[in-house]
Amino acid sequence: MTYDAGDRSPADQPRFPPRGAPERRAVLRVALAIGATTGAYGLSFGAIGIASGLSLLQTCALSLLMFSGGSQFALVGILGSGGGVVAASGTAALLGSRNAFYGLRLAELLRLRGVARVAGAQLVIDESTAVATTQPTEPAGRLGFWATGLSVFVLWNLGTVIGAAGAGLISDPAVLGFDAAAPAAFVALLAPRMRGRQPWAVALTASAVSLAAVPYVPAGVPVLLAALVAILAGWRRRPDDASADDPDGQPA
Amino acid sequence: MTWVAVLAGSAACYLLKLVGLSVPQRVLGNPRVRRIAMLLPVAVLAALVVIQTFTTGHRLVLDARAAGLVAAVIAVLLRAPFLVVVALACVTTALVRLWL
Repeated sequence: MTYDAGDRSPADQPRFPPRGAPERRAVLRVALAIGATTGAYGLSFGAIGIASGLSLLQTCALSLLMFSGGSQFALVGILGSGGGVVAASGTAALLGSRNAFYGLRLAELLRLRGVARVAGAQLVIDESTAVATTQPTEPAGRLGFWATGLSVFVLWNLGTVIGAAGAGLISDPAVLGFDAAAPAAFVALLAPRMRGRQPWAVALTASAVSLAAVPYVPAGVPVLLAALVAILAGWRRRPDDASADDPDGQPA
Repeated sequence: MTWVAVLAGSAACYLLKLVGLSVPQRVLGNPRVRRIAMLLPVAVLAALVVIQTFTTGHRLVLDARAAGLVAAVIAVLLRAPFLVVVALACVTTALVRLWL
């Protein structure tokens, strides 16, 4: 399913809603609200990064360069529990693969070229896609993408610095139960995706397979086996699960 | 080594974003590829939850982190904000650890 440009040609419409238009204010307000929420969430990422043994600079570099919450939590979680470089970066990439599909959907709406595409690509995340693809008009959608992407980028990075600096002051993070933070974050990230029977079947099978494999395979491999479960499940067509055909149905 | 993971992972994530904006529609438009891409986060996140809660190294263990997970699930079911979910899990784990 792609963004339908309708029968208007791209040339007849403005790039963004005009100044003073009510939809412009509405989009900007949503973008700021979402940025503030993810800023709070950046605080916990910063703290978890430090608790997992990364330096302040490494934790902040992830928020700047990787800029995709699920991938970042996975990377620090795996490094923190003794996983290797390949397992950590590979799992981050697996979780980031959905952004490629968001980009696919956004490409027609944004029509970016050159430098704008190189910069805009970094802002292709759950939140910017959700706002961009749920606006009533294309100009509002484009504004929604940039405003949400930039607001989340700034506040997520700010939250990370504060969270990481704060956690650095605590001598033993395990005493505070910080080792439970990453799994809790994953539960929160998972929740909005658990609609319908197939996600539950996949989640339960993947959990069982990966736990069963932990004693026998190198660190990181259990997560790859979980990915294999998703590939096998997605390979088969499920007529009862039409929503699975819409990758942007539930960006969270 | 941590830097290698940080930079390699970041590069991979950025390229995936750029690829989506750049490739022709039909390459990623295949419904099978889309279904798999939407199920991948579910499978990977679920596996990470259980691995980081119930294992230490190569051993399966049941410790205070399990209580933290239960707290997180309850908080999510009650639609608590993200930060509250994470904080409750940490506090619960710390308290259970103190107790045991």
